[in-house]
Amino acid sequence: MTEVVVAPALEMRGITKRYPGVVANDHIDLDVRPGEIHALLGENGAGKSTLMNILYGLAAPDEGQILLDGEEVRIAGPSDAIARGISMVHQHFMLVPVLSVAENILLGEETMANRLFLDRDEARRRIRGLGSQFGFQIDPDARVESLSVGWQQRVEILKALYREARILVLDEPTAVLTPQETREIFAMLRRLASEGHSIVFISHKLYEVLEIADRITVIRRGRVVGTTLPAETDEEDLAQLMVGREVQLVVDRGESRPGDPVLVVEDLRAKDDRGHETVRGVRFDVRAGEILGIAGVAGNGQDELVEALTGLRKPSSGKVRIAGRDVTGDGPRQLIRRGMAFVPGDRHRFGLVLSFPVEDNLVLTQYRDPPFARGLMRDDTAVRRYAERAMGEFDIRTPSSEVQAGTLSGGNQQKCVVAREFAGDVRVLILDQPTRGLDVGSIEFIHRQVVAKRDEGAAVLLVSAELDEVMEISDRIGVMYRGQLVALVDGPTADREEIGLLMATGGAGPRSEEAGTVEA
Amino acid sequence: MADVPDPPERSLPARAWSLIAVPLGAIVLSLAVGAIVMILAEGLVTGRYDLTLPISAYRSLVLGAAGSGGALVSTVVQATPLVLTGLAVGICFKAGLFNIGAQGQFLMGALTAGAVGASLAHSGPLVAVTVALVAAAVVGALYGAIPGFLKAFTGAHEVVTTIMLNYIAIFTIAFLVAGPLRARGASFARTPDVGDAALPIIIGRDGHIGLLIALAAVPLAYWLLWRTTLGFEIRTVGANPEAARYAGMRPRRLIVMVMTLGGLLAGLAGAGEILGRAGFMPAAFTTNVGFDAITVALLGRAHPVGILLAGLLFGAMRAGANQMQIVAGVPSEMIDVLQGVILLFLAADIVVRRVFRLRTGRVGVSELQTVTRSYGEQASR
Repeated sequence: MTEVVVAPALEMRGITKRYPGVVANDHIDLDVRPGEIHALLGENGAGKSTLMNILYGLAAPDEGQILLDGEEVRIAGPSDAIARGISMVHQHFMLVPVLSVAENILLGEETMANRLFLDRDEARRRIRGLGSQFGFQIDPDARVESLSVGWQQRVEILKALYREARILVLDEPTAVLTPQETREIFAMLRRLASEGHSIVFISHKLYEVLEIADRITVIRRGRVVGTTLPAETDEEDLAQLMVGREVQLVVDRGESRPGDPVLVVEDLRAKDDRGHETVRGVRFDVRAGEILGIAGVAGNGQDELVEALTGLRKPSSGKVRIAGRDVTGDGPRQLIRRGMAFVPGDRHRFGLVLSFPVEDNLVLTQYRDPPFARGLMRDDTAVRRYAERAMGEFDIRTPSSEVQAGTLSGGNQQKCVVAREFAGDVRVLILDQPTRGLDVGSIEFIHRQVVAKRDEGAAVLLVSAELDEVMEISDRIGVMYRGQLVALVDGPTADREEIGLLMATGGAGPRSEEAGTVEA
Repeated sequence: MADVPDPPERSLPARAWSLIAVPLGAIVLSLAVGAIVMILAEGLVTGRYDLTLPISAYRSLVLGAAGSGGALVSTVVQATPLVLTGLAVGICFKAGLFNIGAQGQFLMGALTAGAVGASLAHSGPLVAVTVALVAAAVVGALYGAIPGFLKAFTGAHEVVTTIMLNYIAIFTIAFLVAGPLRARGASFARTPDVGDAALPIIIGRDGHIGLLIALAAVPLAYWLLWRTTLGFEIRTVGANPEAARYAGMRPRRLIVMVMTLGGLLAGLAGAGEILGRAGFMPAAFTTNVGFDAITVALLGRAHPVGILLAGLLFGAMRAGANQMQIVAGVPSEMIDVLQGVILLFLAADIVVRRVFRLRTGRVGVSELQTVTRSYGEQASR
């Protein structure tokens, strides 16, 4: 293995970072060779982000060294990191939608023609050059909001390359991409690596890691538990290494025994905040005891569909019925009373009040009902007793129910939302990206709970941009494309590639005459 | 992906400290800044820089506010309207609303108390006082409800509408008191004496019953905010209006309700000043209570107990200001300087943290976000 001795492009030695009560990084060693794609795997809270924040200069290590090309460096902050050729592509895109590709890339790194004006021509030229170097043509003047997610991802990577990054850290770059887009990004990453760039690839998707990585380092609870080669391992091994126990990657769910339709949606239409109709005549039903999964590239009307179904947005036309009763236009309060539970996609925006204690968040949608309320009064003891039970049942790891929800890790926050919404008699369960950003252990747990709810007779609607998730637990699968449901197929027999294609193109499914027009 | 570990459980004293550390630091720093201003102001005029001036000034300030039974009563009387209006602003902060209109609501309450009190001047104290107080509370509440409705149903920002309503209140009063409500034979424009509607004095020379109202309002506000489901809704709307909507709360209704409640408290404060102290309503009622209330609410971190303490502090400053002016020769306007500097340091809490090397909490006075947030009308959807 050691015929050629090349100094690693990046070496982190014995990195230790302690936070009050927790060692986030415990003597972590990581080395990334020039031209290598090195995957970093770990559960939420394992310490990946802390390690990368240290590399990016956002946090200072308590112990340990960072070496670039064999030389020890101290990274003072993100601008220092960028100057040293380290670039980070975040999971949530840091792009300004209304600016052009070139303007986004120039942000913070303005190339000046003179003291007053940007050198846009030079920037355009370099961006085109970089694009063709890595095998794609990009229009530097296209507005970012007009680009698909896959292209936005490329803009993020271009941004890093424009800053002459040699070491690229990608934090879950494929989280919102279709399989096709993922393949294209992978091709780009391989090309980058072959040109000598080093890539740290953070992901939860084990098969992707196996596909793209040259080496894989797994960390658990702040420690490196193994570094391995894709050829020497498989998904089960990696999952076990990551979680520290055996993990069922795809939950056993048995066959569904669907009953009567509970949630019936007829020709539903809804507009987004800017007044564009983004849900354009959707029709489906979800029966008791089945999981209907809706796949689709983000931004094809799923958000508005979910909001229209859950009372957060008024549909412009169409009908929604729960158990035969017309609930079109009802607000969240009435819908909750009808037995609807909803795990929203954006837990920070809708699902939680981050400044509130965990216990208040656990009753956020039930606070007005007994036993949590008696008349006008809140019953704090009942809330706490219930919260402590829920924290145990759903394995929400926090020192106490009084801790602010905002201080919990993403996985634990999501478990709070799930614990709350899965409680009690749920007739209709609407899940919007219920496992976004979670690790395999938490995903397994939440999927089990979803299946359990289904088996209790709930009608479950799962909307997710993560095709894997939809594929894994849906009894039927619909594909949303430009505001319409273009296909509805049987879940267990669905073909991954076919669904991916439908997501990307809308396929030859049922289309109305307006399906081809792009909203202005 | 938050890899940040859960912090260890914090004890109650630690949490209390994280709440009061910055306000306390701001007070201490403003006293220091005030001392420098005093020395400079004096020195620039007289050419003598007397370094002991702040000591004698603050000494007389303290004595004037707490040096005798009468001084203490005076502090409490001064604090009464500040606590009530402070609560009016503070409860709105809890709901994410910046009620700059406490001043207008206060004035409308004062006007109502003056007008109703004058017309009931001979109806017997029980009836006169009760009716005048209730009327003032109702008018104050309605005056608070207006911006609430405008915000909830049109999205008009409460900061803009309440500022406009403040002016409307001032000129409405000027018109009514100089015109139809004017007392005949008075040497300046004012309403007739409130007579029987005057609030009974319960302690000292001028300790009127309004201070009991203020004192009762504190636990009531606490109870409302933290013990009732309505309070939970108010706090949720303030902390995350989108989550409130998701949870089936009704932000619009809550906005109107909270603004109404704020107006009610401010209206009562106005009534207390007229029925308990002035005895009539002047056409030009010069007061800044409704604006001081904003500093009181911020200093008290929108917590009823904090507002009570902050109100007492500001009341004490007002009560001691005269003695400071007489004994130390420092103009009583120095109090306004101190209040202003306190507000400045609350806003620039990072300075306070640096000076005192505080590491508590993660953000500063969170209510300031409400002050600085000029849009974000999600709640009114």
